[in-house]
Amino acid sequence: MLSAEEWDILRLSLQVSMVAVLAVAPLAFACAWGLARGRHPLWVLLDGLVHLPLVLPPVVMGWLLLLAFGAQGPVGGWLAEHGISLMFRWTGAALASAVMALPLMVRAMRLSIEAVDPKLEAAARTLGAGPWQTFASISLPLAMPGVLAGMVLGFARSLGEFGATITFVSNIPGETQTLPLAIYAALQVPGQEQVVTRLALLSVALSLLALVASEVLNRRMGRSHVRD
Amino acid sequence: MFEIDVTLRRGERTIALQCASAGGVVALCGRSGAGKTSVLDMVAGLVTPDEGRIVAAGHVLFDSAGGINLAPEQRRCGYVFQDKRLFPHKSVEANLLYGWRLIAPEQRWITPQEVYDLLGLAPLLHRRPVNLSGGEAQRVAIGRALLAGARFLLLDEPLSALDAPRRAEIMGLIERIRDSLGLPMLYVSHQRDEVERLAALVVEMD
Repeated sequence: MLSAEEWDILRLSLQVSMVAVLAVAPLAFACAWGLARGRHPLWVLLDGLVHLPLVLPPVVMGWLLLLAFGAQGPVGGWLAEHGISLMFRWTGAALASAVMALPLMVRAMRLSIEAVDPKLEAAARTLGAGPWQTFASISLPLAMPGVLAGMVLGFARSLGEFGATITFVSNIPGETQTLPLAIYAALQVPGQEQVVTRLALLSVALSLLALVASEVLNRRMGRSHVRD
Repeated sequence: MFEIDVTLRRGERTIALQCASAGGVVALCGRSGAGKTSVLDMVAGLVTPDEGRIVAAGHVLFDSAGGINLAPEQRRCGYVFQDKRLFPHKSVEANLLYGWRLIAPEQRWITPQEVYDLLGLAPLLHRRPVNLSGGEAQRVAIGRALLAGARFLLLDEPLSALDAPRRAEIMGLIERIRDSLGLPMLYVSHQRDEVERLAALVVEMD
């Protein structure tokens, strides 16, 4: 059904998205926690920053990543001293995906954290649990379905990431050419309609699967929060 | 056993209480909104008084003059909340053993089996909190507090939202805990007649 080349594209896409989501999940959770619980006015600023990739043109995000992570950039220069470069590498594609997925993940996680009743955490404290034990045994498990839903949603967003990726790490087959980039490349060449169709159907199937998984997790969150 | 002298200012309102008892049950009565639950929260360490001193079961929990303010997890109060606050993602058994597993073995003064027998909890152990009736949830909440190595109990309207037979049952259990375990208790109620036969000291708040 799929050619060897197309299998490689699929594998690379899954790899990029998986790494992007897993790498950015702790940051997303920390942001979500701060936005849900933080009282400091500065959290409003972070709220805006986190949501920037949702509204900015992706090509602008890609350009910003180029500025920061390019060989001359503040982060890229530092990484280069340690022999690491994200430019034109699949890791760069994962970074672009992670940044673009962050707002969606934060939103889903924030909702689930806001649904955790602080009164249950207070009860845990009176039973002898310190703040970290309370977090690990009460807050995190109660928020977990929403956290997972956010990760699945972020994964779906990563699979579809195009603009920031092509701007930041270009469209290199076998290295940075994920599904959307491969579809775009195939569209440029006459006679590739069948390839486009197969890859597009694959995209639809993957996205649908991820959205269904995310929705199932969301419903489980609804159930686990039924009060006694 | 209790020595409470606290002041808490909340905007225009001031909640203040002074009382001392040698042991047994101290009942806090008064209309709703008088700040009874706030007093329990202050004793539990969930709310910090503006000033005052709280001593319970021989331990200083809070002393604004002495700069003492123990964290809730260090106070070992058995707080039975009005809304129970059982953990919805854990089984009844895991709820009961939550505090038991956290405290040092030498701080455990009652075994799970003793608590199950005392409160009739054995048939409930594998249920989920969401599937408990009001009286059952109340028994689990009391058991969970005892097993956390509580040195004293804080009971917030333990009979509210229960029908008459359940009220009698829970009241009987509280009397047994008072008599057989000798645990000091701070008992909040908005009905004075409910606590009169139970309490050694009744404090009116308004």
